[in-house]
Amino acid sequence: MAEKLLELNNLKTSFRIKDDYYAAVDEVSLTVNKNEILAIVGESGCGKSALAFSIMGLHTRAKIEGDILFKGNNLAKMSPSEINKIRGKDIGFIFQDPLTSLNPLMEIKDQIGETLLLHNKNMSKTQRYERVLDLLNKVGIPRAEHVMNQFPHELSGGMRQRVVIAMAIANKPELLIADEPTTALDVTIQSQILELINKLKNEMDSGIILITHDLGVVAEMADRVAVMYAGQIVEIADVKTLFENPLHPYTKSLLNSVPNANEEQDKLHVIQGIVPSLQNLPREGCRFADRIPWVDESEHDKHPELNEIEPGHHVRCSCYKHFSFPDESKEGQHVLS
Amino acid sequence: MWKFSVRRTLIMIPQIFLLSILIFVLAQLMPGDALSGTVDPNVDPERLDEIREQMGWNDPWHEQYARWMGGVLQGDLGQSFRFKMPVTELIGQRIVNSFWLSVATLILTYLIAIPLGITSGRYSDTFRDQLITGYTYVGFATPLFIFALVMLWIFGFQLGWFPTSGSVEPGVEPGTFNYFMSKVYHLLLPALSMALITTYGTIQYLRNEIIDTKQKDFILTARAKGASESRVYNRHIFRNSLLPIAAFFGFEITNLIGGSIFIENIFGYPGMGQLLVESISLRDYTVLTAVTLIFGVASILGALLSDIILSIVDPRIRIK
Amino acid sequence: MSYLEVKDLKVHFPIKGGVFGRTVAHIKAVDGVNLSIEKGKTYGLVGESGSGKTTTGRAIIGLNNITAGQVIFDGEDITNIRRAKSDARKDVQMIFQDPYSSLNPKKRVMDIISEPLRNFENLSRKEERIRVQELLELVGLSPESILKYPHEFSGGQRQRIGIARAIALKPKLIIADEPVSALDVSVQAQVLNFMKEIQKELDLTYLFISHDLGVIKHMCDEIGIMYKGRYVEEGTAEDIFTNPQHIYTKRLVAAIPDIDPNKREEKRKFREEVKKEYDQSFNDYFDEEGLAYKLQPVSDTHQVALPERG
Repeated sequence: MAEKLLELNNLKTSFRIKDDYYAAVDEVSLTVNKNEILAIVGESGCGKSALAFSIMGLHTRAKIEGDILFKGNNLAKMSPSEINKIRGKDIGFIFQDPLTSLNPLMEIKDQIGETLLLHNKNMSKTQRYERVLDLLNKVGIPRAEHVMNQFPHELSGGMRQRVVIAMAIANKPELLIADEPTTALDVTIQSQILELINKLKNEMDSGIILITHDLGVVAEMADRVAVMYAGQIVEIADVKTLFENPLHPYTKSLLNSVPNANEEQDKLHVIQGIVPSLQNLPREGCRFADRIPWVDESEHDKHPELNEIEPGHHVRCSCYKHFSFPDESKEGQHVLS
Repeated sequence: MWKFSVRRTLIMIPQIFLLSILIFVLAQLMPGDALSGTVDPNVDPERLDEIREQMGWNDPWHEQYARWMGGVLQGDLGQSFRFKMPVTELIGQRIVNSFWLSVATLILTYLIAIPLGITSGRYSDTFRDQLITGYTYVGFATPLFIFALVMLWIFGFQLGWFPTSGSVEPGVEPGTFNYFMSKVYHLLLPALSMALITTYGTIQYLRNEIIDTKQKDFILTARAKGASESRVYNRHIFRNSLLPIAAFFGFEITNLIGGSIFIENIFGYPGMGQLLVESISLRDYTVLTAVTLIFGVASILGALLSDIILSIVDPRIRIK
Repeated sequence: MSYLEVKDLKVHFPIKGGVFGRTVAHIKAVDGVNLSIEKGKTYGLVGESGSGKTTTGRAIIGLNNITAGQVIFDGEDITNIRRAKSDARKDVQMIFQDPYSSLNPKKRVMDIISEPLRNFENLSRKEERIRVQELLELVGLSPESILKYPHEFSGGQRQRIGIARAIALKPKLIIADEPVSALDVSVQAQVLNFMKEIQKELDLTYLFISHDLGVIKHMCDEIGIMYKGRYVEEGTAEDIFTNPQHIYTKRLVAAIPDIDPNKREEKRKFREEVKKEYDQSFNDYFDEEGLAYKLQPVSDTHQVALPERG
């Protein structure tokens, strides 16, 4: 039995726009176990980053409802000083853009050192810098004793992302949240960074939440996958099931729209319409209904919930049951219409 | 960094040279000279022309300029007609006064601007912030000379807390502690009056920098490390926002020069600003050109200083 | 006779330094690139950041100064395209990467799309309006949107406005610089499909610049791989993806994440092997400066940068 590390129960994160609250994350329930990578996929605006920020308590002006249970303690109910003891120590965070997520005026050793300093009050300066050196070596930075005295702008993008990772793992966190960690990087650097994350996961036995829009990265990295659309999880399954037997129409559409390096396809699948903005989210019914207009209304649930179809495989709404794409030959028409 | 500083300093030389030509030519273009209007009307105009000829005032401008510049380079700014003493000596006493007034004003400006700017930026869009920005608007809208007059009237004449003119109590022995205290005492009111008004720019600048830095990604990184709110502000936001203030320093000096002209005249403070106004009304062109040149050089040096300061404190420039 | 031919293109940027800011060295952003595209085909230019792929594209259309070399388009020398006869300037257009920043936010769609028309064609107000509406319809946007501003559109729609602007003058060659990199997959699919469709309809030739090998494979007939301003390999999509010869290409192709989770282990092992080969044979494939050699043909369609034999 896998050891449960993080459990979200009915998480709802809303932002105030004018006089109303709009939920960027809605009805999200999931678990992350030790030594497991849970990937959260979705397109921009689906709420995946908002979800990650909610877990870390990084939203400054959001209303958070529901439970965020980290090893049984509810992060959502903690005071700022309590949560500061967990952030950076038990939960590490890797940000998307290594260019902007490092302080331009601080030496590398002090940026990584800060994470150590904040959670190890008794560590001497020498010990701290030794540990920084260890960390830099661990994330594969060459000439670490030189790099630790440098400033971020002196390093390449890949090296900076390694520094960000070193910062996140400095205190051997049990949970690591990586928000699009390789999106800003070249493909060869990406594969190195992903390899590194994998290696660290095995070494530290941590649970990882990997947020990405890249299905290739998901296929390479994840143990389980949650697909998000319009603030909700529409499907969760282990990685093989999700790629071999996707059920929700959104998951299917997404998989069909990726240019696949292995197959010849002349035409990629196109999802009709656009991702609704936060203020235009349908507040009831299936949120994906507008984008599969050929599916009859009766196929959708009135109040779609995430149902367990088979052990470990959850799908929202029942519209998946008889779902198929319209005749692909007609597909071209709505591209131009 | 050395290369940068040397290059930056070299660029300054042609700047100053052009400035000196400009000042000299403008002074030449002004109507009248030191003799007009003040000499006994019974003196023969031919005699006046003779004096002008003797002084070389009828020579072409570039010859006069060359003579003047040659002197300046040797530290000789010429003779003042009205004060009947070398300009160098005349400026000597006043430049020190002006320098201390500027230093005092700068210190007060930052003493006011930094806490107010930080509060305003950190608690942006709260009541505190609105109060502070309200103050900066008032500072922006109030003419310095009116404000200075009001300050002088209230604190100098009505309350009698501060002296109303001069830079030191007459008769105090130079070099003693009393002399020093008297100097500071005379400085305070003019410096405070100027600082209260001119500080608005620095406050607004700092506020905007902080609001800007607050939204940077690396602030999120700091929070994700578990840094407390106060540490996030002290270690990351303030430090990074104060840097550009260093770049603002050059601008501050230019401001100061402009302000000192009003302030020194209103408070009867014997400095360069006062001398400038006197020399204009007395048509004492040697003094006028000298003072303007010094002001100009001070502005250029201020800009140089802020560039060099920035290159020292900002690692991104330091490397280049 | 190829439609676009680039011969030994060089774009060097000066580096200023020293006390007097003299030119002390050059960055060789593009250093001897040759490529040729057949009419109606799509040529993919691939490389990582700093490889010079974007600079190559921008140099062809005259946005970067060409240091040396020649660009021949439809038999005409357009090396100095900005001074060339206006025909070439009409015939070659560009689609930019970022649909969020490449459209002027203060202009209406009508003005954005009609700008090239105003520069090159004398149309009456009414004719112009009709043309813009036709173009919008062609890119799948409603003709009523001519009075809207860019911020009222989604990313994919904005990129289509960018395309509408690029095809307004009925160009023959389009240089597309990372046209879908800023877009989500489903929107990316829309734009790619659409680009393929108008290619057929308008008989367009594309120079497609991207770092995404999946997209490149989907779109391109021929592919050139760049590294530090030089070509390392050139060939058909088949040559590059199934039979890469240069160690750099092998590594690049190996790094593409596979969408099949079952191949994870296999892929990982393969990558390790390639990495080992890359480290061991780096000196065989690159010169002392770490740059690629000249291209040598290995088949009719396939060229690889290898040291000259003997």
